[in-house]
Amino acid sequence: MNANIYRHELRSRLRSILTWSLGVAALVVFYFSFFAVFADQAELLNDMMDRFPPEMRAAFGMDKMDLSTVLGYFAFIFLFVQLCLAIQASNYGFGLVSIEESELTADFLLSKPVSRTQVVTSKLLAAISSLTLTNLVVWVASFTAITLFRGDREYQAGTLLLLLLSIVIFQLFFLSLGLVISLLVKRVRSVTPYALGLGFGAYVLSAFSGLLGDVKLELITPFKHLDAAAIVESASYDTPLVLLNVAVTVLALAASYWLYVRRDIPAVS
Amino acid sequence: MSIIAVSGLTKYYGKARGIVDVSFNVDEGEIFGFIGPNGAGKSTTIRLLLSLIHPSGGSATVFGKDVVTHGPEIRRDIGYLPSEVYYYEGMKVIDLLKYSASFYDGDRTQRMRELSDVMELDLNRRISDLSYGNKKKVGIVQGLLHGPKLLFLDEPTAGLDPLMQRKFFNLIREENARGVTVFFSSHILGEVQRLCTRVGIIREGRLVEISAIRTLQQNNYKKVRVAADGLSAAGLDLPGVTNLQTEDSTASFFFKGDINAVLHKLSSLHVSDVIIEEPTLEEIFMHYYE
Repeated sequence: MNANIYRHELRSRLRSILTWSLGVAALVVFYFSFFAVFADQAELLNDMMDRFPPEMRAAFGMDKMDLSTVLGYFAFIFLFVQLCLAIQASNYGFGLVSIEESELTADFLLSKPVSRTQVVTSKLLAAISSLTLTNLVVWVASFTAITLFRGDREYQAGTLLLLLLSIVIFQLFFLSLGLVISLLVKRVRSVTPYALGLGFGAYVLSAFSGLLGDVKLELITPFKHLDAAAIVESASYDTPLVLLNVAVTVLALAASYWLYVRRDIPAVS
Repeated sequence: MSIIAVSGLTKYYGKARGIVDVSFNVDEGEIFGFIGPNGAGKSTTIRLLLSLIHPSGGSATVFGKDVVTHGPEIRRDIGYLPSEVYYYEGMKVIDLLKYSASFYDGDRTQRMRELSDVMELDLNRRISDLSYGNKKKVGIVQGLLHGPKLLFLDEPTAGLDPLMQRKFFNLIREENARGVTVFFSSHILGEVQRLCTRVGIIREGRLVEISAIRTLQQNNYKKVRVAADGLSAAGLDLPGVTNLQTEDSTASFFFKGDINAVLHKLSSLHVSDVIIEEPTLEEIFMHYYE
């Protein structure tokens, strides 16, 4: 790990961290502020929900959600938080080493007396720190929103903790997958389309998984590995799926190191 | 001891040729010129020595250490000025230079100021606001500020005005006088001749010649174009003249040998225009190696 690279990375990502953190925090607080209304009208709402086709409810994970409880409603919002965090983490993953190449600064960095392993490690740690900052803001926003707007309804703090803790696993998955894909393709010209593709793609797969019922798509998308509604319902993780998720992350990281150490840095052409 | 020792170095990009079976040595304290047309493999060779890319075959050592396995150690004492300079656009020059210096031991601020003064570089401007020539100056300062023992210069003069080129060459000569070895890649023969002691000539990925610059100069051709009244091909038939072409009252040819012979011949004519110049590298290749 090289402290200079770490500092440089963190500094250059400061604005992005701020934007994402405030954006996601605003989303949590804004949507949770409607909780009281939803909870009071829960009967009506559940009636209305029943009129939607079950496939559609499944697609939005609403078949397991009870919007009249604090965590039931929170799990509904959490899906969108996950989507945002997935795109952010993929964005950092795809850009981690590819931005240096597309902006042609890789020559500068890699002609310095640092090893490729040091470069990846420093950049990864900086990205993880960035994601952790956003993560912390989400924690604070979630507790604040729930405290402010839950009224006199009770909730299981332990389950909320489980939900929020899942963010770390979730972020690391998209960060490492983004990184390994960016090293597998020949050249990443623009990071954003890739990040949106991976984030939304994983979400859509999870939605389809609900739609198609017994198709085993839940094996490949972290939105199912760490399904908010299911965590709230059972007050626990689906351990095999979480282990699968972590295994993919570890493999992606190992492959990334292997690939980057052997990578030919493309020259200006 | 050889500072750079390259042996059978080969690089293919997929099926595309980079360099093939290149071998040479660069001794301590010399300025080694590396010339060849664009796409001949100059940058590929430098990038291999910096381990930015990995060889498909052969091996290379710098400071006696293998470039593939000892990259970070070697790069501690290397300065690199790439042919195209690109830096973090959002940064100020001073921050970029500090970032660059932070990778090396010791305080480099003093040297950074000196170099920036010599190259007339404004440290407080943003990289994104700099012209190409000014970015090149940033490249020069960041390549030299840590006092490297070996310099890789990849077509360093492109984008620098003649005045700056001269300052730059002086800087390189000073460094060299202090014992710094220089690997100077260029496609401009003139600047290589001004600076280097030995040259390697690379063409289509293969090293075709390594010779002392003096030998090259002795064998060197001049390109002569002359316009004069009553000019005839027969009148210019001197030993050493090749590729003679006449058209109306102008003639052009290559000449190898003592240039006074040509001047003597021309003085007997009523010359209205004359150009004597270095042949381009392409022309050298055509006449020198066939």
